[in-house]
Amino acid sequence: MSLDLLTAVTIFVLSLLVGVEVISKVPATLHTPLMSGANSIHGVVLVGAMAIAATAHDTLGYVLAFFAVAFGAMNVVGGYVVTDRMLHMFRGSRKQG
Amino acid sequence: MDTAIQYVLLAAAACFVLGLRLMNHPATARRGNLLSAGAMGVAVVATGVVIARHATITVTGWAVLFAGLATGSVAGLYAARSVRMTAMPQLVSLFNAVGGGAAALLAVSDLIGAHAVPVRVGVPASIDIAIGAVTFTGSLLAAGKLQGLVSGAPIVFPGARLVNVVIAALTLGSGVWLAARPDNTVALVLLVVGALAFGVTMVLPIGGADMPVVISLLNAFTGTAVAMAGFVLGQTILIIAGALVGASGAILTKLMADAMNRSIANIIIGGFGTADDAASAEG
Repeated sequence: MSLDLLTAVTIFVLSLLVGVEVISKVPATLHTPLMSGANSIHGVVLVGAMAIAATAHDTLGYVLAFFAVAFGAMNVVGGYVVTDRMLHMFRGSRKQG
Repeated sequence: MDTAIQYVLLAAAACFVLGLRLMNHPATARRGNLLSAGAMGVAVVATGVVIARHATITVTGWAVLFAGLATGSVAGLYAARSVRMTAMPQLVSLFNAVGGGAAALLAVSDLIGAHAVPVRVGVPASIDIAIGAVTFTGSLLAAGKLQGLVSGAPIVFPGARLVNVVIAALTLGSGVWLAARPDNTVALVLLVVGALAFGVTMVLPIGGADMPVVISLLNAFTGTAVAMAGFVLGQTILIIAGALVGASGAILTKLMADAMNRSIANIIIGGFGTADDAASAEG
């Protein structure tokens, strides 16, 4: 916990603004893949889950850490793979059409 | 060395932004996703290095860490590879559910057994648990509706609105209580139960046709929950990536609703999602 509150809030607000700006005129066909892509990015919660596992020291802590890490890993791995499949399908259908 | 790792994590966060940017255009979308995935891999390895160097982790901790990584990765990979093309939205919803669940678990495990938690941790922890738990059950139900496990029709029972308001009030109340008294176990349990219930009652009255918009909204929720988890744990990359997804997810939800000629408020208030007869039954 080396982050002071003002710095953390500043980072949070600026990141929100970046998030607003990063989405531009997206064709409707890309809405679902983009949602899926954003979904994979919040899988970064895995990094936090790993930190929890590193400080756990009792049974309840281990159980919570296990589920947090497993959930996070599932979000990351599944999210990126399924997004890639969607985009692959999208490119394929464009070639045919 | 720790500073170097922080720079690596910052670079990963920047790649998330660039990757999302590239995903706005058909020609570069796939490259954007791969960039983002690569950055995620680097962030996970970098965090593993930090944990190994600090050596506060127990042997059981390592076992739990690797067991969790293996279980989650295999489950995610299997589901993502085997799913039919038409069933992809519900799978995204499922991944969103576990992401929200993980975010809530982080705050729960940070608060359990803690003493004298400062307000600057109590407040984000409370918000994190509330949003994360709502997203968990809400996304599971949304996936269930799309998969046909739960009726896709808007489910409205007499007094549903009242039940919804009561549960929302309970969640909000216990959320404020927990924020003020982060070491109170009763407040923690009430908040978790209340938020889990609210996720269900929020999505139940929404029709199956509106589910993609709802999933996108819950996706933005998870982003916000992850950012709050970043405040709790003091991890910058969680704050950046969480806020990024929270904001971009909200904009994307608006775009999706616009594409369907619907307003988000209209969809969330729900009860007249798919068919006209549902609307008249409601009135």
